[in-house]
Order: sequence, then structure tokens, then C-alpha cells
Amino acid sequence: MQWDIVIGLEIHVQLATKTKIFSGSSTAFGAEPNTQASAVDLAMPGTLPVPNEQAFRYAVMFGLAVNAEIGRRSVFDRKNYFYPDLPKGYQTTQLDHPIIGPGFVDIDLADGSSKRVRIHHAHLEEDAGKSLHEDFHGMTGIDLNRAGTPLIEVVTEPDMNSAEEAVAFARKLHSLVTSLGICDGDMSQGSLRFDVNISLKPKGSEELGTRTETKNLNSFRFMEQAIAHEVERQMDILEDGGRVIQETRLYNGERNESRSMRSKEEANDYRYFPCPDLLPVVIDDAFIQSARDLLPELPDERKARFREQYGLNNYDARLLSEDASMAAFFEETASHGKDAKLAANWVLGEFSARLNAEDKTVTQAPITGAQLGQLVARIADNTVSSSGAKKVFEALWKGDGDNADAIIEARGLKQVSDTGALEQMVDEVLAGMPDQVAQYQRETDPKKQKKMLGGFMGPLMKASKGQGNPKLFNEILLKKLNN
Amino acid sequence: MHNKSVAELSRELESGKISSVELTREFLDRIKAEDGQYNSFITVTEDQAMADAKAADEQRAAGKASVWTGVPFAHKDIFCTNGVATTAGSKMLANFVPPYDATVTANFRTAGAVCLGKTNMDEFAMGSSNESSFFGPVTNPWGLSSGDKRVPGGSSGGSAAAIAARLVPAATATDTGGSIRQPAALCGITGLKPTYGRVSRYGMIAFASSLDQGGTMARTAEDNALMLNVMAGFDPKDSTCVDRAVPDYTATLNEPLKGLRVGLPKEYFSDQLSPAMEQQVRNAVKEYEKLGATVTEVSLPHAKLAIAAYYVIAPAEASANLSRFDGVRYGYRCEDPKDLNDLYTRTRAEGFGGEVKRRILVGTYALSAGYFDAYYLKAQKVRRLIQQDFINAFKDVDVLMSPVTPSPAFVQGEKTSDPVTMYLEDVFTIAVNLAGVPAMSVPAGFVDGLPVGLQIIGNYFEEARLLNTAHQFQQVTDWHQKLPQ
Repeated sequence: MQWDIVIGLEIHVQLATKTKIFSGSSTAFGAEPNTQASAVDLAMPGTLPVPNEQAFRYAVMFGLAVNAEIGRRSVFDRKNYFYPDLPKGYQTTQLDHPIIGPGFVDIDLADGSSKRVRIHHAHLEEDAGKSLHEDFHGMTGIDLNRAGTPLIEVVTEPDMNSAEEAVAFARKLHSLVTSLGICDGDMSQGSLRFDVNISLKPKGSEELGTRTETKNLNSFRFMEQAIAHEVERQMDILEDGGRVIQETRLYNGERNESRSMRSKEEANDYRYFPCPDLLPVVIDDAFIQSARDLLPELPDERKARFREQYGLNNYDARLLSEDASMAAFFEETASHGKDAKLAANWVLGEFSARLNAEDKTVTQAPITGAQLGQLVARIADNTVSSSGAKKVFEALWKGDGDNADAIIEARGLKQVSDTGALEQMVDEVLAGMPDQVAQYQRETDPKKQKKMLGGFMGPLMKASKGQGNPKLFNEILLKKLNN
Repeated sequence: MHNKSVAELSRELESGKISSVELTREFLDRIKAEDGQYNSFITVTEDQAMADAKAADEQRAAGKASVWTGVPFAHKDIFCTNGVATTAGSKMLANFVPPYDATVTANFRTAGAVCLGKTNMDEFAMGSSNESSFFGPVTNPWGLSSGDKRVPGGSSGGSAAAIAARLVPAATATDTGGSIRQPAALCGITGLKPTYGRVSRYGMIAFASSLDQGGTMARTAEDNALMLNVMAGFDPKDSTCVDRAVPDYTATLNEPLKGLRVGLPKEYFSDQLSPAMEQQVRNAVKEYEKLGATVTEVSLPHAKLAIAAYYVIAPAEASANLSRFDGVRYGYRCEDPKDLNDLYTRTRAEGFGGEVKRRILVGTYALSAGYFDAYYLKAQKVRRLIQQDFINAFKDVDVLMSPVTPSPAFVQGEKTSDPVTMYLEDVFTIAVNLAGVPAMSVPAGFVDGLPVGLQIIGNYFEEARLLNTAHQFQQVTDWHQKLPQ
């Protein structure tokens, strides 16, 4: 049987505010446990929440970036459940009146097409603390540093139909929130957390199947694997005539397996009701404008500009514009590099490959866009050959010299592009190879001629100690041999 | 000195007739000698009080005294006091020492007042008789001669009894459904519940957040004004606190009442009110007519729905507010929990008293899936109708007057077996909290030797008018000066 895959995402985005959503404690990651938890975060008796204006501004910026309606009257609700890392015994969140209403995001797919994924809504809420189950001799430690960190939870419509689409959306969302500067985007630290709702239905059927929710996907790769894994699991059940149970599943990326966390029957009755400690927050036109004024160039706008300004194709423009730091790196490279397309090739080629190989982010790269740009400029003006340039790149990356010109100079990688000098070398080499010259000139098949041309290049490069510009050598050779 | 009001004591201190150290010593000695029979204090902070008194005397000697510098008072044990146990009358917090001050606490500290200790209260302010306190019931100083021990009312029964017994001239209190006005009435003192949002709730342990309001208790209206001058005002730590200018509440106490329009809500002069009580309240209203007020009957048509709506909304909010008492971070924790679930269930089963558990259960039920609309949402609709009743009434009158309670102080144990009878104790006070308007209880006579309170209800933020109205009454009556036998 053929199946349609239906996927919806819920994404928790940690907002990069300096302080928590309802207290003045710092939100910085990695401090000693419980050193960033005030009386309010600990839910000490009598303490009260005070909303952080910046969290609202960030949320509105996100709403504007996903073309969403902004909730003009934003109401906080209490979601009641007991857990040791939830100090108040309820999470302050939003149910019926979220700050962000329906919107959408367009994603690019590998086949060159694009697809619109609708956002159902996004709401503001507080993060819980962390339970630490190791190192406490059978007991559980509680770290409340994260408790009260502002989150927006983004809920999509079930508009995605493959792992590729879901990952493309996730990458796009990552790109959006980091470009906006409202989230640091570090998935390994939980700054961006994806839950995937998956269901299958017979191909073409209108009716949705029973869905499961898979949690704990802290990388795009795990997300892709988890979707494939869950689709296969559900398909096996359905094809054996079974029924999928509505449940929450936890995915283990290291082992590529998942297990049930809780079924729908076990789900809590959260007893939501409006939080009486927080009055409804009215978002007026002036506030929305203040958020709009802070909007940087968004990835879609940037992609269009890259195509226009640098003459890049759609594919390269998308890859370079998705990530704000990658885009900035490229622009710095291009501004020093004289040739934007060449700069794009180097950023997407050698530079990206090296980042991947060493599992580094753009910001962790040991070279700057300016350094790479100076190298690109030397390739563009024929100072260095592309094979020589790779040696320069290697040296820059390893810190053996800090600018391309110095490295080219020090290692003697400078190409000889003086036509007079090159012509002289060609004359000398040809004079020493009369048989080959005669053979070339007798040959009538251009293909064979082209191959024979290579036979002169070796001795020419040797004569120039590897510094002759191969392109110019080629031109001169042809001119001489065809006379 | 212990029979003097705050205003009088302040003048004595200023004139140098007595020092704060002497005054504080006198009240502490009275507490030591007398409170055994009332149980109005949970904690007496003798050493701290003496040290504060000494500092206050130095402050005054340096010419930097405020009205409150060196004047003794007490806090209801619901206001967090930095370094001093704050229990909310519960076993759950019997060992809890907050590392911070409530805003109200901090304000009195800044004013230089000398806190003698923390007064007894119904557990988490849930009760109308002060019998639900983990630290034992409070006994009303009134009616002891008859041989019966009577309740002081609740939940601020400790503050009320302590003032009535002259153990302290003034005390803070809180009112969620009548917890200032009812004990003030039953103990023959003067109390004020301000407009919701007038006094910061920060550091005041929450019962029902949308109804809780800190307020004042003392013998005279003037002293209530002096207290409110310290307590009222915007607090950036409380999002429900209102940013609105605070007048000097003593400045208008002596305005004449000629032309004051008094409304008597007919729903509050119902069958539930004993004839003897009604007579006292009507006599008080006559005094106002003599002072130049005009009196008309008005209607609060949804008044009869107030108790039902309150006992959905207040427990619903309480059920969430009290979730934080889980044995994880502070307060009571059961011995040797087997696992997490055992930790939660036994901590809460052992740490909370019966009335608190009843309200958590009621509130949890009202918020549950399938019942939310019928209970919580319906109650919120009723609440809006009740608010509208008051808004309409204040189009025609300046203040409303009514009884505070249906009957005077009852004997301990009389109503503990039937919670609904106990809840009806607040039948005349609860609507005020649902609407958020300010109201006072003023001593207005006696029935069978027990005090009767007159309730005066004002429009939003008209505390100054209420205090003026009460003060003028106390210039021509002496009910508030009577001493328990």
C-alpha cells in the first residue's frame, strides 16, 4: 500500500534576552547549578512574576518575520502539573490568546521547487529547570538556572510530507531566529528544540491518521533519522493491520531507536486557567512598530539581494543567505575578493568543506572573511593559481601566516604572468622538443591535439618552477604551435 | 500607654515623654503576660524589636523621625519578613524563614516602625474563625467573662485580637473574602481593605491572587489612615499593583460629611441578619444622618450569587497557588519518601490542614476538563455582574453601608463541623472582593456584650473618603474605645 506522510512541528525557541521572562535573573548558559535562580524563579512564597518587555519584542519580531498576525491582547495561563524542576507547580504559558496568530514560512526544496508551511500560532512561555539524574547516588538533582528562561513555542500546521520538507522547514526556522538575533540557535544546548508530530494515511485519503509526537531531537540529522524511523515504525504497524497509538515518543539519536514516553490516556489534565498574577498585555501599534524597526534583513530578502547584487544562482544564493553568520562571512569575503562568484565558490567549497570536516560553525572558523577575500582577490588577478591558492588557504587555516600576500610571497607561490618571460620559456621548451612539435603540427584531430598539448605543460611548469600562469602558458603555446 | 492610638503614641514619642525602648518594652511585657489566653502571636521577635526601638530612638534624637518612627506594631504572619519565620499559619511553612521582605514589610521598616512579631491567622488565610491555624485557635478578648471562648473571626484573627487586647496598637492584615473586616467587626476594632491593586502583594503569601489585598487594622480610623500612608503605592514587583498617585490619607479625615450620599443595599438587610444586629447598624446610619448624610436604599441585584462564585474562583486560584508547596525546595518535607510520588503526596497530606485540602480539592475539581466552563467560566461571568452592580450603585451614592457579619462572635467549635455555615459568615463581605472595591469595618455597637461592625464600602480608590467617613463617626461615638472585660 502507498502511504502519505503527514508531519507537523512544534518548536521551542529560547529567546536570547539577558534576563528571564518573569524575573531579573540572568539567562546565561553554563553557570554553576542554581546560581541564576532568584526567589521568584524558586517560587518562594509571596513572590510574583513581572513580564520582561524584551521577550515580547522578540516574539513580535518573530511574528512579523513569519508574516503572522500579532495578538493585540496577550493573555498568560497557568498549565498545572507537578514536577520537581517546575518550581511553581504550574508553567506560565499562553493558551487561548497567544502573542502570535496564524502566519507562514516558504521553504526551498532540493528539486528547486518551494513550498509554503503554515504557522498555526506561536506563544510565549517560561522554560522549566533541569533534573539531573546522574552523580547523586540514586537521587535527582535540580538545577533551576534555566527555569523562567523565555521561550516561544511555534506550532505549525501539518503541512509537511517528508523528512526532507520537515528538515528544510527546521533549517529555515533556525535561519530566521538566528538572523533576527532573538535566539542563539545552539541546538546542542537546547536553545532550539523540535518536536515532530507524524501520522500516515493511505495515499490520497482525506482523513488524517493517528499521530505520534517524537521529542528530543537536538540536531537536524537526528530529526531526519527520527522521522524516517517513525515513518517506518508506523508503516510496519499499519501494514500488519495494526493501529498506531496516540503517544509521545522519545528518540535516542545515538542508537536510532525510540520508546514510548506516555500515551494519550496517561496525559495530564493541565487545568489551564488565566494567570491572576499577570494582567493581559496589550500590544499596540507603537510597540509593533518598535519591533519592526529592529528587524534585520531576513533570509528570503537576503537571498534575493545576493542574486541581484552578486549575480549568484538561486542555489548558491540560498546556501549563503540561510545562516546569518555564513551570509556575513560571504559578504566580507566578496567585499575583499573582487570576484563575487569566485568568492561564493570558495566559501561554499573549500571553506564549508573544511568546517564540516572539523565540525565547526562559521563563527568558530579560524579565518576571517577578509582573509579569505584577500586570497580570492589574488586568484582573480592571477597572482596565484588555484592549486597554489589551496596551499595558501591551508596555511591561513592553520595559522601559518595571517594574510594571503605574505604567504604567497614567503612560499613562492606567485604565478609568473609576465607574457614576455613566459613566451621566452615557451620558445626555449619548444626548441628542445622539435619532434613533438612536428608531431603536433601534423595531427588533424583537435581532440588528440588537445591531449598532446598537455605534454608541453609539464616541462613548462618545470621550467617556470611551478610559477607560470597555466592559462597564459596555454594561450602562448597555441599561438606558437599554430603558426 | 497601651491604651493609646498610634497617632497619640507618635506624639508622645515626639514630645519625649516616652522612648520607643520603653514603649516597646511595655507592649512586649503585655504580650508575655496576656497572650497565653489569646494565642494571637505565632512569633514574638523580642530581641529584634528592642534593637529596632533603640535605633528608632537614635533616629528621633537625630531629628530624622517620621510619624511611625519607634511605634510598635505587628505583621500578620502572611507577610514575608527577612530572617524571621513566616508561616501563613501552616505546618507546611512552620520552618520557613524567607530571605526577603514583602514590599509592605519593607515599607514599615523604612518608616521606622518597630515590629513586635507575627500574628496568628487561619492556615493560608482560609477561614473565618482562626480555628484552622496549625498554631492553634485564637481566642477573642471579647465575651470571655461569660465563660465561653469565642472566635476572633478570620483569617486575620490574630491581628484583630492582639489589637483588641491592647497587645499592639496596630497590625497589618489581608482580606480575600472578608478576612480584615469580619475579624475587625468581631473584635470591635477598625479595619480597612483597600482597592485591589492599591497595596503591593509582593511577599504576601498568596491564597487567591485576584482577590487578596493587604490592608490595615487598628483601633481608630485615623490610625488606619496612618498605616495606609505607609502601605499604599505602586510596586514594580507586582504586575497587578496600580500606578496611581497616593494621597495623604490623614489630610481629609476632618472633612465634614454634610451631603454625603449613603446607600443601604437592601440585599444586605436580609433574613440572614439577626434583628438585634440590624438595629445596631441602623442606629449607626442614624448617626450619619445627624452628621448631614442623606440615606437611600439601593440594590446589588447579584449579591446572592457572590458566595457561590467566590467559592469557585478562590479555590481554583488557591489550587494552583499552593502547588509550590511540594517538599522540594523549602518548607515541610515528609520523612523518608520512597519516591517522587510519595514525596509529593505525603508532604502535602501531612503538611496541609483540612480546610486547605478541602479548598485545593474544590479548586482542582472546578478547573478540571469537562467542568471548567460550568464552574470557573460561569463564576467569572457572575463576578463581572457583581462588579457592574457596584459600578451602578456608585452612580447614585458615595458610600454603601451594611452589616459586616450576620451575627456577633460565635463560640469556638460551633461552626467547624459545617463548612457551608462557616462560609456564610462572609455573606456581606465577599462581593466587595469580587468587585475589587475598598471597604471598612467600623465598631458600631454591641449585641449581648459582643462588638458589632458597620461595613462602609467605597468606590474604586476612594479609601480617603472611607477613612474620612469612619473618622467622623468616631468623633461622635466611642464604640471603638470600649475595652473588653
